[in-house]
Parts: sequence; C-alpha cells; structure tokens
Amino acid sequence: MDERTMQIQEISAHPGPVAGQGTQRAVEVCKYIDVTTCIGCKACEVACVEWNDHPFRETTFDNTYQTMPSTEWNYWNLIKFVEHERDGNLMWLMRKDQCMHCEDPGCLRACPADGAIIKYENGIVDFQQDNCIGCGYCISGCPFDIPKFNPKTKKVFKCTLCSDRVGQGLEPACIKACPTGCLHFGTKDDMVQIARTRATQLQKESGFANAGVYDPQSVGGTHVIYVLHDITKPELYGGLPSNPVIPPSYTVWKWLAKPTGLAMAALGIFAVFFHRLTVGPKVPQPESEPVLTHHPDEVEAARKEKP
Amino acid sequence: MSSSVERFDEKARRKFSRHGQTVVHRGELLRHPVYTRVLHWCVALSFILSLLSGFAIYSPWLYRWLAPLFGGGPMTRFLHPWFGLFFDIFFLFQFLNWFAPMHWTGADKRWVREAKAYVTNREALAPEDTGFFNGGQKLYFWTIAVSALFFLITGVLLWFDDVVARWIVAVSYVLHDLAALAMLAGFIMHIYEGTAAQPGTFQAMTNGTVTKEWAWTHHPAWYAEVTGRNPREDFEQARHSQAERHRSMEAWEREHKPTNDPHGDKRPDAGMP
Repeated sequence: MDERTMQIQEISAHPGPVAGQGTQRAVEVCKYIDVTTCIGCKACEVACVEWNDHPFRETTFDNTYQTMPSTEWNYWNLIKFVEHERDGNLMWLMRKDQCMHCEDPGCLRACPADGAIIKYENGIVDFQQDNCIGCGYCISGCPFDIPKFNPKTKKVFKCTLCSDRVGQGLEPACIKACPTGCLHFGTKDDMVQIARTRATQLQKESGFANAGVYDPQSVGGTHVIYVLHDITKPELYGGLPSNPVIPPSYTVWKWLAKPTGLAMAALGIFAVFFHRLTVGPKVPQPESEPVLTHHPDEVEAARKEKP
Repeated sequence: MSSSVERFDEKARRKFSRHGQTVVHRGELLRHPVYTRVLHWCVALSFILSLLSGFAIYSPWLYRWLAPLFGGGPMTRFLHPWFGLFFDIFFLFQFLNWFAPMHWTGADKRWVREAKAYVTNREALAPEDTGFFNGGQKLYFWTIAVSALFFLITGVLLWFDDVVARWIVAVSYVLHDLAALAMLAGFIMHIYEGTAAQPGTFQAMTNGTVTKEWAWTHHPAWYAEVTGRNPREDFEQARHSQAERHRSMEAWEREHKPTNDPHGDKRPDAGMP
C-alpha cells in the first residue's frame, strides 16, 4: 500500500491547519554512504546478518581486517578494507559493499524467469526467490558482482535494501546500526544533495580536491551512492567500477535480436506451409495414377443430378 | 583415425542389426539400418526436449508456455543442460556414423547452385549425380555439427555460469542462441522435407526402407550405386509400363462397359435437367 494515501487530510476538532498537509515527498529512496567517515566497525555487517537471519560464521583471515573476500549468498553487506598510500602516508579506505540498486538493473535485464527480479517504484531491486530458476544470468548481468548463487537451494540472493523494513517506514538495518553517521537513508534527491555538500566540504576544507559523489549514470544512477575521497579512481575502493555497464547481450541482444529470431522462426514455419500450398509435394516418379472406377464425366453427371 | 571410426561403426551397426531388423519388401531398397535409425531418434528426441526447454529460457513470451511442460522454471533450468548433453553425445555417434557419406563433393556444389529448381519442383527428378545425401542434407548435417560444437562449449560455460567470468557468460549466451536459431531454421525444413514435402521419405527412418521409385527420383546416383542399374532408364521403363498398363485398362473398360448402366449410351443427355 502506498503510504501517501494514508497522509492525514482533515482532523476533527483540530485548531489550526493540518500539519504536513499538501507536502509531497519524492518516492525514490536512497542509501548514502560517506566513505570518508566510515571507521570500519562492521556494525552494519552484523545488523544485516541479524535482520536477515543469516548464520554467524567464521571469518576468513587474509592479512586485512576484511571479514571475507567478497559478499556471499548469505552475507550481503561487507566492508572492503584497502590500505592505500597517499602522499607517503597510509590511508585506510573502507567501503561498505552491497547491492547498488541500479536505476537500470543489469540483473533484471539478464533474468529470463518471469517475476524473479522486480524493481519497486522507490528504486529498490528485489529478488523473488519463489520465481528464481537458478540460471545465474543475473550474476553475469551485474556490473558490481553482487548476486550470489546458493548451490543448495539453486537460488540467487542479494541485499534487499531491507525492502521489508522500508515498506513499513523503517530505515534499512545497516543504517540503524551505524555509529558514526556515515550511513544515511532518505529520498534520492535529499541524499544526492547531502552527498554533494559533503563532497564540496571535502574539497574545500579537507584537501581532497578530487572528492565527489559516486552515482554512475551508465546504469541510470544508483539507489546507493558513495562520497569518495577520489572520485576519479573508484577502483581503489575494492574494485568499484568507474563505468559500470550491462553487457550488450542483455540489452541489444535480448530485447531486439531475440524477438527477431522468434519472428524468423514463425516465418520459417509459415514459409513451409506456404510452400506446401503453392508448390506442393515432390512425389516419387512416375506417379501412380488413381484407379478410376467411373469415367470422369460420369462422376460429373452424377453430381449434377443432386444439386 | 577414420579407419578406426569405420571399424567402430561397422561393429555398432552389426550389433544393432542383431537386436532389430529391417524388412526390405519387394520393390524396396534398404536406406537406413537399425543403428542409424535408433541414433536418429535419440538425437531427435533429445533435440526436441532441448529445444522446448531452451525456448522457455530463451524468451519471456514462451516462458509461461513451455516451462510447465518440464515441471516449472527451476526444473526446466535443471533439465535443459542434461537434454543438451544427451543431444551432443548422441549426435557425436551420429556424426561418426555419417561422416563418410556427408563428405562434401562437386555434385553438392552443383546441387546448391540448382537449389532454386529443387525448391520450386521444376524438375520431377533430382540431378543425376545426387548420391546417398543431397547438398541440402549435407548442409543441414554440417550446420548441426558446427552448432552442436558451439552448444557444447557455450553450454558448459552457461551451465556453471556462477563461477565463469561475467563477459564470457554474456558472449556464450549470444553464441548459444545463434547456434539454436541456425539449427531451428534447418530443423523446420528437415521436418517438412521428411514428411509433407516428400511422400515416402518418412518410412526411411521408421522401416528403414524406401521404394525404388523414391530412390531414383530423389537420389539417382545412390540408386545406381546399390542396384548397379541406370536410374534414368529404370524410370523411363517404369513410366512406359505404367502407360502401357493404363492403356490396357482403358481398353478393358471400353470392352466391358456395363449395359444396365442407367446412363448407358445416352450419357451425353444424362445430366440435362
């Protein structure tokens, strides 16, 4: 149900105007992650695991503070720890990696199963595991390497942006858990504005001349945006693509060439029928003639008797 | 290599012929032995299953139609690679079985040049040099051979697409579809040619035999090879004897015209109101 329909219009015996009447909020939601103020506490990782009922598990140690190499089918939120050198000093880049909820989702484009991936008006891209056939095309359609295959159930899973919470007017679990306020949640317009302000602040006051907002337009913008110290090198932050693209096989091929192929198949069947009607069969020669029991004109005459 | 293939093939043919049989009636020729027929229908069945389950995944418009045939989407996804694998295995044997007769020759080049006459039925008889398989059949065979190879390679990559690199999957997906479409085009023609377009052809894959008339009409050079006779002469002779038979029948009818026929001798007026 759309919450906007539940906005109060009139109140009985209420002095003065109705508070909030006539206000319009944008429908698109957005998570804004300020990478520059992340302290790598992993509270968001724990909150995600708890809210989504995922199992707690052993971490993988690979000489960093990172919990495991990449997100998994039951671990949707992972802070990527990168040790970076800037002007001879160590700089710790910590980026919270999860589904970006693209405006033009590659997973959705690639999916062949009716109803397995849906995108809400608010921009959240959600997998419906009941309809998932486990083909894994979404995995290759995603430029951010997010959907993960569960070999046991043969279904693909990923971050839902807590669509179950957002639908009830709550913020996603990760946002609620963040102690530094580097995670924000709100409308897309508001988040982009706050992020831009922060980027400007970083440029002017903190000496990060290349600071900027990561909201890649190659996928129509995302509903998870970052503020990065250096927007020119998003790859530094644990492989964030600077120009994420959906493979043309899921755009051009699927929506243009495939229907053409089907039409050609239908035409082929039609052509075969047409050939049978016009040219007719090729009969072994010499054709055996039908044995006549009457002369043709007799048959004709018999027919004329009964009009 | 080719001799070992022939030896294997010969053995398989003999083994299958012991279990099944081909009855060649009078006026017929053996076209496909039991082994070839069994292989053909194994290939056909696995191909049709692959095609239907593949088309469910190929297009959203066919998904809801075809996926239920295989027990829903997940089951379709699970079965399709296995159908495909069986198809490739069966076709490998078919490929070895038919590798020699499918060899491309000058006669086939001429056949392709004259394909228009074939399609429009301009000539009642196929060209004199058309052997066991004609150029069209060979083209179809090699289309399938190439497509099957593409299917196998891209299919295995798509089967395990959760571990294969993203762009490889994206490319495989297109190649897999292209191979399917190429094969489908040939398949439609193949079904048509084998049934409605050429009466007497279907029995070659069921009984394993064809009539002599069929043989000299569609594959004269093969007819010459197995009978040691001239297909054109035999055809002319058959036509001549048919005309002869026809004439004598007419003569007999004229002689034995029934006298109690109500229309009898005044037939020209019979139809008048």
